[in-house]
Amino acid sequence: MKPIIKVQNLSKQYSIGAAEAPYATFRETISGILRAPLKRLRGNGRVKDETIWALRDVSFEVEPGEVVGIIGRNGAGKSTLLKILSRITEPTIGAVDLYGRVASLLEVGTGFHPELTGRENTYLNGAILGMSRIEIERKFDEIVAFAEIAKFLDTPVKRYSSGMYVRLAFAVAAHLEPEILIVDEVLAVGDAAFQKKCLGKMEDVAKHGRTVLFVSHNMPAVKTLCSRALLLDAGSMVLDGGVDHIVDTYLRVGTDQIARTGIIPEDAPRTCGTGEVRFRSVQLTDRAGTDVSQLYLGQPFRVSLTFEALKEIREALIDVTVVALDGTRVAYASTIDGGNPPIRIPPGLHTIEMDMDVVLLPREYTFAVGIHHSTGTTIELIERALDFTVLRVAQNGGDSYRWPTVWGYVRPSSRWYARELFPNALTTGVRGAQDQIVGGNNGTS
Amino acid sequence: MHLTTSDSASVTESETAVGNALTAKTAPPRNAAPALPDEPLVKIRPSKSSVALDLRDLWAYRELLYFLTWRDLKVRYKQTALGVAWAIIQPLFTMLIFTLFFGRLAGIPSDRVPYPVFVYAGLLLWTFFANAVTNSGNSLVGNANLLTKVYFPRMIIPGAAVAAGLVDFFIAFVILVGLMIYYGVSVTWSVMLLPVLVTLTTLLALGVGMWMSALNVKYRDIRYALPFVIQLWMFISPVIYPSSFVPQKWRWVLALNPLTGIIEGFRASLLGQKAFDWVSLGISAAITLVMLVYAAYTFRQMERSFADIV
Repeated sequence: MKPIIKVQNLSKQYSIGAAEAPYATFRETISGILRAPLKRLRGNGRVKDETIWALRDVSFEVEPGEVVGIIGRNGAGKSTLLKILSRITEPTIGAVDLYGRVASLLEVGTGFHPELTGRENTYLNGAILGMSRIEIERKFDEIVAFAEIAKFLDTPVKRYSSGMYVRLAFAVAAHLEPEILIVDEVLAVGDAAFQKKCLGKMEDVAKHGRTVLFVSHNMPAVKTLCSRALLLDAGSMVLDGGVDHIVDTYLRVGTDQIARTGIIPEDAPRTCGTGEVRFRSVQLTDRAGTDVSQLYLGQPFRVSLTFEALKEIREALIDVTVVALDGTRVAYASTIDGGNPPIRIPPGLHTIEMDMDVVLLPREYTFAVGIHHSTGTTIELIERALDFTVLRVAQNGGDSYRWPTVWGYVRPSSRWYARELFPNALTTGVRGAQDQIVGGNNGTS
Repeated sequence: MHLTTSDSASVTESETAVGNALTAKTAPPRNAAPALPDEPLVKIRPSKSSVALDLRDLWAYRELLYFLTWRDLKVRYKQTALGVAWAIIQPLFTMLIFTLFFGRLAGIPSDRVPYPVFVYAGLLLWTFFANAVTNSGNSLVGNANLLTKVYFPRMIIPGAAVAAGLVDFFIAFVILVGLMIYYGVSVTWSVMLLPVLVTLTTLLALGVGMWMSALNVKYRDIRYALPFVIQLWMFISPVIYPSSFVPQKWRWVLALNPLTGIIEGFRASLLGQKAFDWVSLGISAAITLVMLVYAAYTFRQMERSFADIV
């Protein structure tokens, strides 16, 4: 289906200086102008502002009728994304195409004036949110009924209780009829009963085939409303997919533990190693070679290691260990497993790929990767190279890990026999557990 | 135990009241979505160095201009005992004081028109201009919450401030009519030019106000400089004195002030006390136009960063 929202490589840069002094004064600007050339004359011409990327290379598409939750920690770039989509601020790089009318609700009661009455504010706020006067008139009674403030219509809103204020403000916004609705954390306000009503209203909106982008820290609400979620962290999109997986991942892991890139910097923490070889990157992909940061339960995966040898290593071995984030080393594989001879690494950049067959139980893991001399001397060791998550469900949805407490780390291949207890069994060798699991180096093949 | 395969992880969740509020999740019916246009309705790109004015967008938001103007007026006179009378009181009392000091005591000439009528006509236009520029100059900063939360063409904000001033102008105009009747000043055909002069004042106020409002977002110095500049500007405009009061050889300097031609023209069209100074009026019109175009350009340039720095 054709997308209604198309976001391509969206990035937004802010200068950090602006956060301290939001506005300049003539004096500063003038002294800046006077100082800048002097600096250049002195030769240390670094007159650059410190900047941060609030949003970095975010791309996604949304189809009409989709309700997409956007989640992430504070400062992850959620609001910046919504502000760009709402045309409040411009992107630094990238493009957005919107194939529908947009209304955004980044705050409840934007433009409400305390001196004006409820009735007046309804009109004013409606107009600010993009409703026409006729539209507001038509929906006026409905709005008032929704807000439950009929008695106080002609009272200035400064005399409203905060609950009434929020109710009216949300009521106006809830009656917008755009094709795309952008909502930022508005449910954080109001009492539980009203929040419930708001959620119901938003669900109605979605049912009418409208597209909704919804930012919230209220995870149950996101789960209830959305079918899909985007997880942002430090300005980048970390995950995109079904809302349940993503919310669960976010709740359990917290995005700060998801190593996104697998790029190993020059100054990565190393506790040992002679340093003749340096890892450059570690990638987790599926067997087709597509990058993933999470694995479905039982999903076969591949680890690609890129490293640079500064000099030739005659006899080396490379290993990968799956380490649970609680520190337990779960599975270990190396190039000499099964009696393979050591490898010779010529100088230069190399990539080695490894398919690991192990069913990891749903947890957070990381890869520890190492290169050693066949004598045992460590050349390079990165103990936390790339974090990843194993989800509770299998890719096809037919299998899942169902219990709140995860027992163990891996699921061995197993065969269960007892014909009378398996109603669907046709043969004696009933494989109650997963039959696709075939151990590679884990000794169960 | 009945097991469902779909959403096993929710077992671990302690769902809040909100989560429970809605029992079942309903997948959105995709087919209910309206057909999409071939071309995007909105394209968002990093803007290039110059930006078009986008009059169509402004037109689409004309109702918001109305509502913001209406809000400015409503709010200005809410919880005041005298209400709209304040629109009259300001120029009226200034006129009385000026008549006493400049008309009577200083004996400033007034082109053969009773000084109260003369100075009120000037003050009327001046008060409108000064308030419009001051209010629109502070309007963006004053509406920072709107800038950071909703999209609409930003020009509407200073525009509404000027429009609200225009309403006050018409209210205070009634007093001028009263004064003219009282002093028996009759109007001539030249009064037909009045709408042009009021329009010119509005455009000039819009130009200056818009420019100041944009600068104010970046440089808060404007907030302090503006009242001071406005005060000085009155004395270099023929508000309390006619331009004939200035020696001939300095009059061209006076004419460089766009308000000179406008205020003089305003009096000439209404009071008919002297002929139109077309040259001076032409200069005013030209400066107004340049000011407006420049302001609109600067505004559009700076607009993109408003939300980030306001």
